[in-house]
Amino acid sequence: MNVEFTVNGTAHTLDVEPNTLLVDVLRSTLGLTGTHVGCDTSQCGACTVHLEGRAVKSCAVLACQVDGGTITTIEGIGTVDDLHPMQEAFRECHALQCGFCTPGMIMSAIDLVERGEAGDEGSVRAGLEGNICRCTGYHNIVRAVLHAAQRM
Amino acid sequence: MYRFNYHRPTSLEEAEQRLDAGEDALFLAGGQTLIPTLNLRLASPSDLIDLAGIDGLSGIDVADEMVRVGAMTRHAEVAASADVQASLPVLADLAGQIGDAQVRNRGTLGGSVANSDPAADYPAAVVALDATVHTTRRTIPGAEFFLSLFETALQPGEIITAVEFRVPKRAAYQKFPNPASRYAVVGVLVAEFDDGVRVGITGAAACAYRSDDLETALNASLAPDAVDAVDIDYDRFNSDLHASAEYRANLVRVMARRAVEALLREG
Ligand SMILES: Cc1cc2nc3c(=O)[nH]c(=O)nc-3n(C[C@H](O)[C@H](O)[C@H](O)COP(=O)(O)OP(=O)(O)OC[C@H]3O[C@@H](n4cnc5c(N)ncnc54)[C@H](O)[C@@H]3O)c2cc1C
Ligand code: FES
Ligand code: FES
Repeated sequence: MNVEFTVNGTAHTLDVEPNTLLVDVLRSTLGLTGTHVGCDTSQCGACTVHLEGRAVKSCAVLACQVDGGTITTIEGIGTVDDLHPMQEAFRECHALQCGFCTPGMIMSAIDLVERGEAGDEGSVRAGLEGNICRCTGYHNIVRAVLHAAQRM
Repeated sequence: MYRFNYHRPTSLEEAEQRLDAGEDALFLAGGQTLIPTLNLRLASPSDLIDLAGIDGLSGIDVADEMVRVGAMTRHAEVAASADVQASLPVLADLAGQIGDAQVRNRGTLGGSVANSDPAADYPAAVVALDATVHTTRRTIPGAEFFLSLFETALQPGEIITAVEFRVPKRAAYQKFPNPASRYAVVGVLVAEFDDGVRVGITGAAACAYRSDDLETALNASLAPDAVDAVDIDYDRFNSDLHASAEYRANLVRVMARRAVEALLREG
């Protein structure tokens, strides 16, 4: 079936099978491989993107559900020369080791800050419950989000 | 994921017709239970009937000691609603404890209630807040809605349109979350109405239920100590890798006590 949606400002019309996940369209059809897949149970958050500005797990959304929708992925928030303040804060605070969870962390964190729910350490930790990191121990991630919240 | 047909009807009538016409069709709401289930190939519906295109299924109305939440209202909307926070703060609090932020941005009240997962949060509110479940065919009293594990009073093809909660004098929800999924290992909602105390328990048994024993004790004395005297019958409690039935019985007592303490703090 045909679906139309906007990804990072570009409109697409695609012919997708109903059983296609949004994350597979982003990665395989559009080549936006910054969005990762870390589990098959919708628990790790590596696949987090923004749908209408809100963080969602793109492995728990069907491509046909977002017909008419607006999506932002990690590729759409900043460039190498002009990083998003959240990306900059992750770099400065050393909030990543292998980097696998980072795109999802950053997309969740931006939504958290934009909702005004990143006021203190406790709310950042609670707000990132849907994102699992296997390397950093979260400490620097939380620092980075608090840091970015000051500048966004 | 197995193959299926996808439909997005724009009216409830069309949705019901689509469901009848499908060989083994299912409704789709927020997809936060259904899509992971399809991903794991634990279900193979012939058709998915997406309820997202139907107007009027989403939204919150506060009136006359009642809070009505449309079936397609997302958990995040209930948690952030100033109206719910003001009129029925326990519901906003409960919705804000469901899963994680991404799940709350997609998951819906109707999907959660229709699913009757034994560890889901909303069912505790449906039974304890004297709710009425509105469907395309009738209204169902909240306390009679959940029948068993993933089993409700809904008939095939019946769609939940809204749930209406009665506003208590005061209420509190306490949950012991599974550390990985945040689902309730046990959750207890205690609500004080003019006509008595209602206690809803989720996580412990096959589905959410009202606890007669705790209600009797708390109607005699609405105090944390009243909970300690109750012998929690765990004969039919779940025993699984997360917790034994005995441990769940203890959690019911601890969560009920904490809920009474929190409720009393409300004044
Ligand atoms: C990682 C993770 C953590 C979670 N943690 C929690 C938690 O802590 N607590 C909790 O309560 N839940 C939790 N959930 C579940 C979440 O709340 C789901 O959103 C909810 O259970 C189902 O709602 P949905 O809108 O996503 O429904 P869907 O997945 O779309 O549908 C679920 C079922 O309900 C049926 N259905 C949907 N809407 C209707 C309707 N209006 N009328 C009739 N039938 C309908 C569907 O046919 C389907 O069988 C979690 C989920 C995930 C992925
Ligand atoms: S890939 Fe793990 S939550 Fe989506
Ligand atoms: S940096 Fe390796 S998983 Fe988070």
